[in-house]
Amino acid sequence: MQLIEERLRSLMLQGLAGDAAAYRMFLDELTTHLRSYLRRRLGGLPDEVEDLLQELLLAVHNKRHTYDPKQPLTAWVQAIARYKLVDLLRRRSRGDALTDPLDEDDQVFSTTDNDAAEAKYDVVKLLRGLPDRQRLPILYVKIEGASVTDAAVRTGMSESAVKVGIHRGLKALAERIRSIG
Amino acid sequence: MKTEDLVSLLSTGGVAVDFRLPSRRWLLALAGGALIAFFLTAGLLKLNPTLWHETLEPMFWVRESYCAVLGVLGFVTAVRLARPGSRLGLVPMGIPVAVIAMWVLAVVTLVVASPQDRARLILGHSAGVCPFLIALVAAPLLIAFLWVMRSLAPTQLRWAGVASGFAAGSIGALVYTLHCPELAAPFLGIWYLLGMLIPTAIGAWLGPRVLRW
Repeated sequence: MQLIEERLRSLMLQGLAGDAAAYRMFLDELTTHLRSYLRRRLGGLPDEVEDLLQELLLAVHNKRHTYDPKQPLTAWVQAIARYKLVDLLRRRSRGDALTDPLDEDDQVFSTTDNDAAEAKYDVVKLLRGLPDRQRLPILYVKIEGASVTDAAVRTGMSESAVKVGIHRGLKALAERIRSIG
Repeated sequence: MKTEDLVSLLSTGGVAVDFRLPSRRWLLALAGGALIAFFLTAGLLKLNPTLWHETLEPMFWVRESYCAVLGVLGFVTAVRLARPGSRLGLVPMGIPVAVIAMWVLAVVTLVVASPQDRARLILGHSAGVCPFLIALVAAPLLIAFLWVMRSLAPTQLRWAGVASGFAAGSIGALVYTLHCPELAAPFLGIWYLLGMLIPTAIGAWLGPRVLRW
């Protein structure tokens, strides 16, 4: 547990300082823990696991500025995972099909699961519904892998507008996924 | 969509983030909200002309500290509730302690006062309007705090609304003291507290409605 905390925290901090490879490793490792946690929690709704997992990853990404480096990373992730899980169950109001979602003892970081499935929705398709100011920056920077400077030139937007577009666009995507789910 | 593809999308391009963002937004909301609260107090209600004279009275400073301490405690609680998994510690416990201290002072004041003075110590000149005026002055602070809260990640929405409302109410009350001539402890323990509780109740109601993410 302590090892997981230290490794994930250091990857996250490197990622948030701008190291994309470390950030990717962080998200990859987080994925296996979250998937396993959600499989246990959503025993009665196996189809929801991958959807909620992706919603959670988007939430972790969109809210990464709320992580305080002085605080344990696992506690931060655990709180987000529980919040999103309760939110999903409330939307479903199908508590009877599930094990108790508020069981305090169940930890996100106790197990891992690499058995990936596909989520029902497709972020690329959802992207089409966004305004150009958000869609194009995400398309160029996040999908094609162009730099923010290139994306600014191609869209005729300023660099800070590209960054804002990405941020708002990912927030809007998370909203859409939430309303579909 | 495969989760792997989402991970690769999220980790491509600018992933850097500034950790100071939340504190900067909180300070901006505090400064902006307090400034508008001040303009409401000075413009709509007028500043108390005898304010300088009152600063010589110990009760003036008791009143300022009461509002300021509650404001700090409420604000710190709100800041913590905006981060997933952060511990509140003993900070929220300070709020009832400060209120009870004021009540003890109020009871002592009433006991030592002569019977014909007691009604005046409780009601002052403005008991009927004081809570509503505090709520009015606190409104810009409440809006600003909820706006910051929305941009962060509260996981207990009701409590996040309560803390935002209480912080706004007590800081609003502090600004309102620039207008209000009341200094009696019983007055502060009742009507000031009620004034702080109006935005708190509004925050409790709004929290689950506007803070969801």
